[in-house]
Amino acid sequence: MTLSPTHALRERATSPMPERRGFKFATAAAAAVLIVLLALLAPMALAEELAPDALIKSLTADVTAAIRQDPAIRAGNARRLSELVEAKIVPHFDFNRAVQIAMGPNWRRATPEQQEELTRQFKTLVLRTYSGALAAYRDQAIAFGPLRAHPGDSEVTVRSEINQPASEPLAIEYDMEKTGADWKVYDIRVSGISLVATYRNTFSEEVRNHGIEGLIQQLSAKNRQAVTARARS
Amino acid sequence: MSPSFQPRRSECAAVTLTIVVIVTALSGCATTGESGNADPIEPANRPVFELNQGLDHQVVRPVAEGYEAQVPGPVRSCVRNVFSNLGDIFTSVNQLLQGEPGKAVSDISRFGINTTVGVLGCFDPASSMGLDKHKRDFGETLALWGVPPGPYVVLPLLGPSTVRDAFGLVPGWFLDPTNYVAGPAAIALKGTQIVSTRSSNLKASDLIDSAALDPYLFTRDAFLAHRLDQIYDGHPPIANADSAQPDVN
Repeated sequence: MTLSPTHALRERATSPMPERRGFKFATAAAAAVLIVLLALLAPMALAEELAPDALIKSLTADVTAAIRQDPAIRAGNARRLSELVEAKIVPHFDFNRAVQIAMGPNWRRATPEQQEELTRQFKTLVLRTYSGALAAYRDQAIAFGPLRAHPGDSEVTVRSEINQPASEPLAIEYDMEKTGADWKVYDIRVSGISLVATYRNTFSEEVRNHGIEGLIQQLSAKNRQAVTARARS
Repeated sequence: MSPSFQPRRSECAAVTLTIVVIVTALSGCATTGESGNADPIEPANRPVFELNQGLDHQVVRPVAEGYEAQVPGPVRSCVRNVFSNLGDIFTSVNQLLQGEPGKAVSDISRFGINTTVGVLGCFDPASSMGLDKHKRDFGETLALWGVPPGPYVVLPLLGPSTVRDAFGLVPGWFLDPTNYVAGPAAIALKGTQIVSTRSSNLKASDLIDSAALDPYLFTRDAFLAHRLDQIYDGHPPIANADSAQPDVN
């Protein structure tokens, strides 16, 4: 039996063959047990909640790795990028809460159909902006600050920083909430500028001037315009 | 750096007092019926914003795009760094005025190292030596001294600001070495600075164009939120859900 990895290595170096076979067998047996255990535990581990900062860290790692490895995205292929965002980001974003923040008190004045349409249009708008920001990513190092939260918290802010050469780091903050067992992002702030709350004044002004229908029309016109602009370029 | 940061008041700043009086007077005469309105002079701001946008679309932006297309990346980064390096002088002075002597020394050392070893600021060896880049302006200093922002103002050519930050531009102007160059060289220098800055903002402005329903409102609200974030060093007070733009004080 091996005492420690370093001990095993030393053993291997001095008297290779017999010791090594023993070591190999032990490793193989241990690995087999481990695989069986993992197979049994995996569904339980997945069902367990993922800490909000761990979730953002793993999402960030996944998405940046995907961008690094995809020449099409790097060349500016917007469709590939939006596929990536759809697959990785959308499942962890609460657009319902986001649109309510942007709408403020006007949310309650909208009919359920209008609320559904507002959510749909706002989702398109926010995802386009987010993807546009992501497209500018070029291998910069991303660092995470310590999570300031208490065990029972259902709302947290996960802070990260993108380091840029010869300038101050760019702060990216994720406002997250716990819904059921999952943590979801409902707002992202880039150097203090909110992807969601920045629309509050714009939306209330539009509703004041043209009503909720007017806002829906303005949103869908903006989204249509962006699609044709993308098709042209 | 502390999250429980509170703006400090300085007892001995007569200048500050004068600015407070002017800002308050301006806010007073410009305030409309709506309480807590951060943009009482919107009717005056919008035309200036349109003018700036027009100038940008017609002149500055196309030149910046040409600059980005024609000039190789390393040269552009060198030019950007040279201007950024000059900015470190002003940052250092403001660190001192904000009661951060340690950071003031760090920032002026950055300037010294990058000007010499970094060839007039073209390269940034100071960052690799652990002297991180900061940016502090006099508007922030005034905010820490207790000066309220006053109304949002769109300045001709210079863009979004507040009354307080507009006053803050004055000492910045005097501490910018490029403003002491005379003759045609001054125009070349300013022109390069504007084009260099604009070219590094191209992606950001594209993003605003695609995100904003009303570019004026979007730019204003993004600017004010960003400014608040800078003044509170990344930890602005939690915004009241019902007030769109919380006041600094």
